[in-house]
Amino acid sequence: MEIGELKKKAKAIRIDIVKMIGTAGSGHPGGALSSADLMTVLYFDQLKHDPKDPWWKDRDRVIFSKGHSSALLYACLAESGYFPVEDLLTFRKLGSLLQGHPARNGLPGVEVSTGSLGQGLSVGVGMALGLRQSGKDSRVYVLLGDGECDEGQIWEAAMASGHYKLDNLCGILDYNRLQIDGFTEEVMNLEPLAQKWQDFGWEVINIDGHNCEEIISAYKKAKTVKGKPSLILAQTIKGKGVSYMENEAIWHGKAPKKEQMESAIKELEKDE
Amino acid sequence: MSKDRENWRGSRDGFGEALVKLGEINPNVVVLTCDLSDSVRAESFKKKFPDRFFQFGVAEQNMMSIAAGMSLSGYIPYVCTYAVFSTGRCWEQLRMSVCYSDCNVKIEGSHGGILTGADGASHQATEDIGAIRVIPNLKVVVPCDAIEARKATIAAADIPGPVYIRVGREPIPVITTEETPFAFGKALVLREGKDVTVIACGVEVYESLLAAEELEKEGISVGVVNLHTIKPLDSETIVKLAKETGAIVTAEEHQAIGGLGGAVAELLGQRYPVPIEIVGIKDKFGVSGPSWELMKHFGLTSNEIKEAIRKVLDRK
Repeated sequence: MEIGELKKKAKAIRIDIVKMIGTAGSGHPGGALSSADLMTVLYFDQLKHDPKDPWWKDRDRVIFSKGHSSALLYACLAESGYFPVEDLLTFRKLGSLLQGHPARNGLPGVEVSTGSLGQGLSVGVGMALGLRQSGKDSRVYVLLGDGECDEGQIWEAAMASGHYKLDNLCGILDYNRLQIDGFTEEVMNLEPLAQKWQDFGWEVINIDGHNCEEIISAYKKAKTVKGKPSLILAQTIKGKGVSYMENEAIWHGKAPKKEQMESAIKELEKDE
Repeated sequence: MSKDRENWRGSRDGFGEALVKLGEINPNVVVLTCDLSDSVRAESFKKKFPDRFFQFGVAEQNMMSIAAGMSLSGYIPYVCTYAVFSTGRCWEQLRMSVCYSDCNVKIEGSHGGILTGADGASHQATEDIGAIRVIPNLKVVVPCDAIEARKATIAAADIPGPVYIRVGREPIPVITTEETPFAFGKALVLREGKDVTVIACGVEVYESLLAAEELEKEGISVGVVNLHTIKPLDSETIVKLAKETGAIVTAEEHQAIGGLGGAVAELLGQRYPVPIEIVGIKDKFGVSGPSWELMKHFGLTSNEIKEAIRKVLDRK
């Protein structure tokens, strides 16, 4: 997809996210908006998948280890054609497959249930090992949060990925520097973060997580890395695209009210 | 029933034999462990099928979630570690990564129970059944000896979704034979009785048979049931036996809270209330000691089962 088209798609996805969470009256807008460009480029430019054949055996796998960004996952899936975009407004409602956090409940495109932080990377390691074992060249993409990296299991998984030289595994770390209780630096310092991943045997690719050109190059570079897993360390802005949400920890897990939703949509529609 | 200790075996040995057999008959079976290959009896599989053996170091939580991922890539992972880890340390990974996604993962709980012995409470899983019985999609099996452990472990590969198999380290009597039927989810009546039914799992099946034999001499007719599958529970058989004998004793090498006894009491309390006595550990952590001394110390031998039978008959 052309850069201009990708940017339009990212905008549509951001609007979907705001509408879904606003309509549901609950959800996690901040981290969904900060990862939106990373996931838009993945789904619409880089991923080997077929929305008409969601469980195609040779597909690449995507895991939202930061499961609270479910609105973004559902928006990517719907905009890709996995299910109707109208279904997005059933998010978090009784009877909907669009659970508050992703559930492997038959919704096409959801590979595994997530929502409890720190486990998705390990699941990705298992998928990557299994795919390699069966001779498939499919890749596994795992979206990680920065606050999530406080979990010890992330580092267990990082160590195992390095040990098993999983070059079919690509982590995408949404480094927006905010978690529920505040700045990551204050809650639990992660730095030197790139160094940590390198020390665990990963190729680290530093990018601006809102620059589509840089995101594309990062995915392309990760595909060429041999003998080790890759981590795209993406500098992002929490709440990106909605000015009143940007860099505000409060919007981690809060839904906009009706007027706030409308002003957010207006701002996103206007933005070029 | 062999009382000759030379023929006793740890049920973990049956689990290990099954892994090798599965390696031969099912190319999708893979074995995962965390630095305990020999102890959990994964060593033979490792030697025979090195390409399907995966080592994860001392990191059980990671292993549990990895197993979910491997199952989603089409494999049938057997996660091999101690019960205290697979059901305790990894409880949330078991719930979230494995069971919530209904992954086809088989979980070993080795060193289950107080018979784990000298290592002490840190390694004696006496809460495992209670801890995981509440997780949806998970099935729970507690084989009574090494032969049954082998059958259950092989059978688990064909049961879709997560299955927990509890085995033990200490050699225990081998009370079943190759010919003894094993049907997953189906209680096995080993002995018919008129006055009372004892429902047991693991080594307590042996202890219950001893108790029944001894009480027969006193003219008390005791039925014994091997309830190897604790979940799903064989409700029909249990209710039928409650109706027939009007009194139930349960016995498990586990806390008296939340395990097999709890499952039976939940069922009968709702479907057919009869007097029940639960033989198990009474809300205490284990201690170090010789395995069979611990069985006495914590009240898990045929003597306590006999006492429970007398007590329940008084309440009948």
